[in-house]
Amino acid sequence: MPRASPFAPLKAWTRFTSRSPLVVTFFALLLGLAVGALVIIITTPAVLDSWRGLFHNWGAPGHALKVTFDNVGAAYRSMFTGSIVDPPQFWHSVTTGQNWSLSLTPLSETLTYATPLIIASIGVGIAFQTGIFNIGANGQAVLGGILGATVGSMIHGPTFVHLPLTLIAGIAGGMVAGAVPGVLKAYTGAHEVIVTIMFNYVIYAFLIYVLLSTSLQLPNQQNVISRSLDPSAQLAPLFGASTGLRVNWGLFVAAGVVLFAWWFLDRSSLGFDFRVTGANPNAARASGINSRVVVVMVFLVSGGLAGLAGIVQEAGTTHFIDGGFLIGSAGIGFTAITVALLGRNRPMGIVWGSLLFAALGVGGRAMQAATGIPLDLSTVIQSAIVLFVATPVLIKEIFRLRSTGGPALELATKGWGS
Amino acid sequence: MTLMRLELRGVTKRFDTLTANDAIDLVVEPGQIHCLLGENGAGKSTLMNLIFGLLRPDEGEMIIDGDPVWFSNSGEAVRRGIGMVHQHFMLVPVFSVAENVVLGFEPTKSFDRLDYARAREDIRRVSKEFGLEVDPDAIVEELPVGLQQRVEILKALDHDAELLILDEPTAVLTPQEIDALMAIMRSLADSGKSILFITHKLKEVKEVADVITVIRQGRVVGTAQPSDSEESLASLMVGREVILTVDKSPRDPGEDVLELRDLVVRDDRGLPAVNGVTLTVKAGEILALAGVQGNGQTELVEALAGMRPVESGTIRLRGLDITNRSPRQILDAGLGHVPEDRQRNGLVLSMSVADNLVLNTPRRAPFASRGTRNLAAVRENADTVVKNFDIRATSIGESVSSLSGGNQQKVIVARELSRPLSVFVASQPTRGLDVGSIEYVHKQIVRQRDEGIGVLIVSSELDEVLSLGDRIAVMHQGKITGVVDPGASRESIGLLMAGVVEQVAHA
Repeated sequence: MPRASPFAPLKAWTRFTSRSPLVVTFFALLLGLAVGALVIIITTPAVLDSWRGLFHNWGAPGHALKVTFDNVGAAYRSMFTGSIVDPPQFWHSVTTGQNWSLSLTPLSETLTYATPLIIASIGVGIAFQTGIFNIGANGQAVLGGILGATVGSMIHGPTFVHLPLTLIAGIAGGMVAGAVPGVLKAYTGAHEVIVTIMFNYVIYAFLIYVLLSTSLQLPNQQNVISRSLDPSAQLAPLFGASTGLRVNWGLFVAAGVVLFAWWFLDRSSLGFDFRVTGANPNAARASGINSRVVVVMVFLVSGGLAGLAGIVQEAGTTHFIDGGFLIGSAGIGFTAITVALLGRNRPMGIVWGSLLFAALGVGGRAMQAATGIPLDLSTVIQSAIVLFVATPVLIKEIFRLRSTGGPALELATKGWGS
Repeated sequence: MTLMRLELRGVTKRFDTLTANDAIDLVVEPGQIHCLLGENGAGKSTLMNLIFGLLRPDEGEMIIDGDPVWFSNSGEAVRRGIGMVHQHFMLVPVFSVAENVVLGFEPTKSFDRLDYARAREDIRRVSKEFGLEVDPDAIVEELPVGLQQRVEILKALDHDAELLILDEPTAVLTPQEIDALMAIMRSLADSGKSILFITHKLKEVKEVADVITVIRQGRVVGTAQPSDSEESLASLMVGREVILTVDKSPRDPGEDVLELRDLVVRDDRGLPAVNGVTLTVKAGEILALAGVQGNGQTELVEALAGMRPVESGTIRLRGLDITNRSPRQILDAGLGHVPEDRQRNGLVLSMSVADNLVLNTPRRAPFASRGTRNLAAVRENADTVVKNFDIRATSIGESVSSLSGGNQQKVIVARELSRPLSVFVASQPTRGLDVGSIEYVHKQIVRQRDEGIGVLIVSSELDEVLSLGDRIAVMHQGKITGVVDPGASRESIGLLMAGVVEQVAHA
């Protein structure tokens, strides 16, 4: 341990090393934005032209720099104002007391997107901590959505019964979808990555079947779309429907999941078994932990949370399930894998990671609308950030950070080996 | 023939905050057996890896025949005439001796075809020159360990090594094989080769060394002569006087607490590693299981702990049949287990000392109730145990990975001995520990015996077996070749370890 410095301000600096997850994440964010800026520069014709001008002697370096800063600045400004807050608009609301819903819309949108992402990512993160790759969170979320939609639209009752039942149906759907790969891995050794990936497709196909051939389909429709959830099964907007702010009571469900995950990982006996198994499966076995039970339980917990994420998305935002629900790489079940990595599988880390990803996604849409730069830039930035977080050595070299104090950061997951 | 003189000046290597080698000075003259003596963790292997180009030094220089040089990879070192025989052999088991020897420097005919005839011829010539008889066409994995090591040496010589580095070469050998190795080293030195011999075993050093350099905690603490007494070498090594014997009263055995009958256990390759073992451990005695590593001891202990299926035969713990029960059931039945590979099977390195101390009792009262852990009780337990077992940790919340090997072992021993046991099984309980920790662990083991627990110690250190055991069972190729009193001679136990059953009276 380094001796406490007599210079109090220097003490904080001693923690400022490549071994601190916060420092690494901060610099990764910075580098991610730099990569994004680079992409803007080489894909925006106006910027490129201004630089090409230098070679033809009809432009000045100052002009080229100005064009560059203008374009990159406009993109990132619209991203910020679109996902967090637009300061002049906000100030207007503060001084006049008017248009609050407009001022708060960006933040509300970010929170709305983050809500199911937090829940699903915590599910994936708990599995990662146990050494299990749950690539099937998306399918589990979809099955949660199907069961949730069934209970939410086909059964009727007062909110205080109907809403909990709907959410429980979502959790149950995710658990069922998770139990299959879990049991297969525990009793036959089938690799969970293969099984969960394949099971995603099975569930997507089941979704299409359900929406075309059962009474869950919206009546008198040819479209692949379900009935709407009863208002009594919906997670109501926090500030009432009239404000147009979509942020809903699902946010409190997510907060509850964060608290649960903290308790589960740090305080529960089962969570202890999970962590021991993830950190050293051999020692887990020698200590009498039944690895089969752990594998099945991990998939029940992880799948259940993915299912809950699905039904929270449905009950809070879409209010129905359709053929496009969470389909493809944009599905929260896949984003959750990245967010869990970014948050190092810890509940609070995942909360910040989800907020960041939601802000980049929501802000990307605003940027596309304002500047014409495609939304894909957000994906580029998100990917770059995760790439940099996963390579602390790179961060250390680029920013010349010291590497003393505490153990080296490891990637938050182990390899594919089972 | 070119003779090699190697000199190290002020060589320093740091790993983060740890200084593994601190300003090491060393000269190896041609034709000399230079012995590097030090405890595990003293920095011997780091130094060898620096010389061999596997690590880069932070400071200092290496001078070979007057030229300052550092190698950036082991290939360069080999080309300059340095050969290394690693503690763990670097041979391809399914290749023949000839193929292994030429690996990386294969002689070729036209069209890049391997020239096996020349390879075989080379090997015969080198074998003959140095008296290292090995069949070039034998498959390596079918050879006994002593011969495999000979192949490693042959390989180095075939690449024209003038300096041989032998890293703990005797750890895996029987006493007889050790004698053969010593003879080979002597004859190599006589023919002008330099040998850097790394070990922590005093007897071997006295037998074969010309010069002894003792290192401790990364520093050269002195040079010694082979004629110096073992006690003075040992105290140089550990920095204080050492008691090499264990104080213990005569045993007072009670009823049988652990009975193994006709036990057969297969290894990972599906071969019977334990082949019909019948053994009994009584309450209040220490049964020491001796034997060269790899003769089935590992598999035997794994079967006892429920980590490996039993093919046939029975294991009884206080009369209760625990054959093929789960580790949980066996733990609960009162078997304490210190695994051979503590970091792999005994600890979760990334977790705290406190958590590791309840690793196999996390649900037992008072550490948890109704599925919720009682962290206050876990901490309280850790405070008590750390004090009672003298575990040196800066705090109980510190992760076990930052503890020294000795203190990591203490964590496991303390955990096992803090719960009610009827049998205590410890595999290589003091491997890699400093002398202070060895003494401490031995004392704890004897104390358990005196309290009426049946103790089974598995160790490949003959000294440990002799000083700890009330009875000594010797294992060879999956079978018990004899059970003797601790008064038995080293030679007779050595013969049993080599599988020679005759001539030895059963106790």
